[in-house]
Amino acid sequence: MANEIVGGSTAVALADPAPQRRSRWQSPVVRRLLRHRMFLTGAILLLIVSLAAIFADVLAPSDPLKISIRTRFEPPGAEWLFGTDNFGRSQWSRVLYGARLSLMIGLGVVILNAVFGTLVGALAGYFRSLDNLLMRITDAFMAFPVILLAIGITAALGPGSLNAVIALAAVYTPRTARIVRASVLVVREMEYVEAARAMGATHWRIIWHHILPNCMAPLIVQLTFIFAYSVLSEAVLSFLGLGAQPPTPTWGNIIAEGRQYIREAPWITAIPGIALAMTVMGLNLLGDGLRDVLDPRLKVQQG
Amino acid sequence: MGRYIVQRLLSSIPVIFLVTLISFSLMQLVPGDPAIMVAGLQATPDEVERVRVQLGLDQPFHMQLLHWYGNLLQGDLGTSFLLGRDVLEVTLERLPVSISIAVYALVMTLLVSIVAGIIAALRQNSWVDQLVMTIALIGVSLPNFWLGLMLIVLFSVHLGWLPTGGYVDFREDVWGWLQAATLPAVSLAMLQMGLLARITRSTMLEVLRQDYIRTARAKGLSESKVVGKHALKNVMIPVVTVIGIIFSLLLSGSVVIETIFSVPGIGSLLGSAILRRDYPVIQGGLLLVAAMLLLLNLVVDVLYAYFDPRVRYRNGK
Repeated sequence: MANEIVGGSTAVALADPAPQRRSRWQSPVVRRLLRHRMFLTGAILLLIVSLAAIFADVLAPSDPLKISIRTRFEPPGAEWLFGTDNFGRSQWSRVLYGARLSLMIGLGVVILNAVFGTLVGALAGYFRSLDNLLMRITDAFMAFPVILLAIGITAALGPGSLNAVIALAAVYTPRTARIVRASVLVVREMEYVEAARAMGATHWRIIWHHILPNCMAPLIVQLTFIFAYSVLSEAVLSFLGLGAQPPTPTWGNIIAEGRQYIREAPWITAIPGIALAMTVMGLNLLGDGLRDVLDPRLKVQQG
Repeated sequence: MGRYIVQRLLSSIPVIFLVTLISFSLMQLVPGDPAIMVAGLQATPDEVERVRVQLGLDQPFHMQLLHWYGNLLQGDLGTSFLLGRDVLEVTLERLPVSISIAVYALVMTLLVSIVAGIIAALRQNSWVDQLVMTIALIGVSLPNFWLGLMLIVLFSVHLGWLPTGGYVDFREDVWGWLQAATLPAVSLAMLQMGLLARITRSTMLEVLRQDYIRTARAKGLSESKVVGKHALKNVMIPVVTVIGIIFSLLLSGSVVIETIFSVPGIGSLLGSAILRRDYPVIQGGLLLVAAMLLLLNLVVDVLYAYFDPRVRYRNGK
């Protein structure tokens, strides 16, 4: 505020990077997000999980793979925060490392989705001749139930985290592409796009500089939900033995292993599920908050 | 109307073609030699060769593709390695089990979430609304397979009210079916209930703001008539359109849920096929489910066009 008054002319304000950086934090979008209760709750939940994932090796008292016959099936308590499993491994360590893998896989799917979803969506929305073909292909992918197709792809490619990322990206990209296409269809009719075209801008320049920046809001909202679904779906895949292989801990495979001991040691199954639900809930809240603030029109259609 | 249906049918032909192509391509994704993967690493070269011939992998790509479509047209989805039986026969045999549970879950979803969503919208921002929306949020965030395991711990192990798994044919014993199918159906329905309650609530809020609701109120109709007669009908339209999505999610969930509750449906068939790398079952099962959903969406679209003539005119030209 002070800078603007002292700066006087706009030229000075533009030359000074400081007010620009501050204004980003003061922008109405950020301010509205910070006042949005659901968004804040989601951000806090996700922050907790992220910190746990990033500092897993610092926070974990023991190696998540260390087997110890003498400490099998210890219930949660002061000594073992989350108890121990059938191999006497610390559940706290395993759940922390599981968080790391879950978030990394979710992030991987989101990045692939952002790149390919934007590419396909922009091509379909901008070049009308490609639209029909690309949309029929996305229709075909979307005809399969999400998890079933992801299961089919990982079953073919073989189990593993990387293959899970590939499968989930393949399954969710058509959905992201549809969202991008829908906003490209609207934006391409805007006058400033016509102006750019009249000035002789190339197709790529128009798409990259004029159309895509104005399609960001629904894309960001969609990617937040894709993050949530990916974390959930990855857990399903590794529960079925198609994700990272034991002894590498993932929330899904810990639950699968704990299933056999569910009568005697229910905590082995219960705790990773709570961690999973907390992460997914955090992302859902974040997505709801972003949607309310960035793109209120989308409110009804989510499904 | 007839024209709309024909047009809608024609436009789904390329999609069906692509869906079958995707199912076929799954086999091509297998890294290395699929015949060795299927026969197992300990298999003798002879056994591997036999599997290769059985799968048609000894032939060039275009011949495999032709065979796939040739067989499809005759309703032949291949033979399961594991069961040594026709894939179509096995999947069709198990389909009613999965559908019966999915329909149970669907009915549960519709009843609970429409009522909850409408009540939440009528009492917007009250504690009832916040409670419903919080439960809905938890519903969409809970992993269904984990929920299923927790329900087993609570209702089967501790309370002993319901069986831990298994299945009873509803044609033989309705009560037994209800007991066996309740926990799987609840675990499957949770996510959809959350989604649909949220959709119903926001649609209802939108509808309540419309002019015709104001008119209905202005002419002195009781609140129950306004809601029951004027609002409810308009809320149902988006609800009907998401039934396809809901059914797709229910079938998606069936792989883990049927595995957990040992229900002999198409989901657990796929679950065991994955572990044993029974590719024909995986391909055939996926294809069958996708075809079924395409058909369901077609029916939903036609019904939608029937109830809402605007759709018919917009698309029918």
